[in-house]
Amino acid sequence: MGINIIIGYILMFIGAFFFLLSAIGLLRLPDLYTRMQAATKSTTLGAISSIIGIGLMREDILIKSIILATFILLTAPISGSALIRAGYKAKSPMTDKTVVDKFKEKEGE
Amino acid sequence: MKKANYVSKVVFETIVLFLTWILLTESFATSELIFGFLIALVISIGTADLFTEHGLAHLNPKRLFYLIIYIPYYLYQVIKANIQVAVIVLSPSLPIKPGIVKVKTNLKSDVGKLSLANSITLTPGTITMDVQDDELFVHWIKVEDESVEGATESIVSPFEKFLKEIFS
Repeated sequence: MGINIIIGYILMFIGAFFFLLSAIGLLRLPDLYTRMQAATKSTTLGAISSIIGIGLMREDILIKSIILATFILLTAPISGSALIRAGYKAKSPMTDKTVVDKFKEKEGE
Repeated sequence: MKKANYVSKVVFETIVLFLTWILLTESFATSELIFGFLIALVISIGTADLFTEHGLAHLNPKRLFYLIIYIPYYLYQVIKANIQVAVIVLSPSLPIKPGIVKVKTNLKSDVGKLSLANSITLTPGTITMDVQDDELFVHWIKVEDESVEGATESIVSPFEKFLKEIFS
């Protein structure tokens, strides 16, 4: 078993671990905004890590998997940003722990 | 960075698309290269105005150099962000202090602001919610400083010093 296969397995394990973390985050965190934090961050690294892990195990698709990971890295934050703003415009309630909301002041002008 | 003319935009987009084609096909056969170049050229002629504002100016060596050192720095920040969120999620007391803060940026170009917003979204505990002129509204999972200056210092500054060089 080559070193690339071992690194591939490790990366895929890390990817699965971050997917698990984001699932736990979705269950534990109190409101939409903090849940989006768990969802966008953990799934991005989870997906990238899994894809590159597979790429290392199958060398013929390594370059394609890196391109795929790049596109996920470029587009995932945009969808996260759009979703959280849509949630705000739909007046999704914020948790009681929220300390400041500058966006409301701006919108209220 | 000045706005580029049409030819510069077409040449720049053709280069980008052609490189992507080579990476995707992983082949240097003459027929593949010619076909890929022709397709890249046709697409560029149609979409250059949408694709880029500054054309060949993006290929300035200084900008490319900062872009190349920005990528590992960005990946490091992404991994740090994930570990930070992981610690919050796994700790029994759930130490969150969420809020929406306002930060300011000096970046002028639209692509620069987009890159900054994307970088902020994927890094420690912050998601960009909206960009209005030079102000960004950021949801922060653990607010350390409510003032505009303090938040700008801790959220924007780490990226802006790179992005300023790439997109100014």
